[in-house]
Amino acid sequence: MTRKQKGYMNPYVAGGFLGVVLFLSFVLFGHGLGASGGVAKIVGVVQDTVAPGRTDGSAYLVDLVRGAGNPLDTWLVYEILGVMIGGFLSGILSGRLRPETFKGPRIGVGTRWAAAFAGGAIAGFGVRLARGCTSSQALSGGAVLSAGSWAFMFSVFGGAYLLAYFVRRLWTEGDAR
Amino acid sequence: MMPLDLNALVGHTGQNLFYVLTGIGFGFALEQAGFGNARNLAAQFYLKDMRVLKVMFSAIVTAMLLLYWAGALGWVEVERVFVNPTHLWPGILGGFIFGVGFVIGGYCPGTALVSLSTLKLDGLFFVLGLGAGMFVFGETIDGWRAFWDRSGFYGEVTLMQVFGLPAGVVVLAVVLMALGMFFGAEKIEAYFARRDAEGGRR
Repeated sequence: MTRKQKGYMNPYVAGGFLGVVLFLSFVLFGHGLGASGGVAKIVGVVQDTVAPGRTDGSAYLVDLVRGAGNPLDTWLVYEILGVMIGGFLSGILSGRLRPETFKGPRIGVGTRWAAAFAGGAIAGFGVRLARGCTSSQALSGGAVLSAGSWAFMFSVFGGAYLLAYFVRRLWTEGDAR
Repeated sequence: MMPLDLNALVGHTGQNLFYVLTGIGFGFALEQAGFGNARNLAAQFYLKDMRVLKVMFSAIVTAMLLLYWAGALGWVEVERVFVNPTHLWPGILGGFIFGVGFVIGGYCPGTALVSLSTLKLDGLFFVLGLGAGMFVFGETIDGWRAFWDRSGFYGEVTLMQVFGLPAGVVVLAVVLMALGMFFGAEKIEAYFARRDAEGGRR
């Protein structure tokens, strides 16, 4: 059984809290939350800095970094900055701010890092294709009842549940049964 | 009238400050929910701990109800709130690929940032991977842009339009669906807790 770590908020309470933050975002800004968009901006700016000539040949990169003003001066970047500050503060307050690696019991740290990188890369490709992640599509689009966001959400769970069995070695205790 | 025009009210810098503050609330909520730990997220897909589903749908239902009521009371012009445009097939395919990455990597973008902010190394590797995947997407998408832009594109379409139902009915249906899932989640967790206890497994 998963070792229960102490001190997490009740999930329904945490969800309600998150929902209030999302509602405030709707009334303050007229749109919901975002996480992957800020990362995409930063990746685009790194690419444009390393190979500016390449940007000119890519409609995608031009859209991403060649707007008016500094491409990093966007709400997407300010919001993920806030997300990191908020996570950091919560980590301090709850005694969870320490270097460690979370993994299933059957694999080593190196395997976990490789899986995290590979999973991140697959997820990064997917969120760009879907124009948003759990934050901007599932949570925000879900709450405003966007049809495409609900299709996305079920698709995420579908992909994850379908593959879960095949990668169980990464997460579960063993195949006792 | 809400949504506010923050740029006019507090200026560009002031608006950015509100974005940072909103992000702080968001990151704080995710960390408190236990989502800085990939084990809590992955457990959802092995039915051991349904925390992901509970937090997500509590958040969606809370924000949806507040927005619906605020609109009904005339406090918020709901029609001015952004509705994610529906790109059906890229959304479904991208969502599926994302789900696969989620269960392999153990995070989604927001939770990976939170994990990194509390110094988790697997969170760092996930974020680096995210960047790599986005790079590959950016380098290849120009070749299949038509699919990305136009396949199953319906614009800002809502569930109300899809089903031809009034907003109140859809809102109620979502609430009932969420309550049903919460009930099911509690049953599933209780089942696995009992089975593990009986099997003497740790």
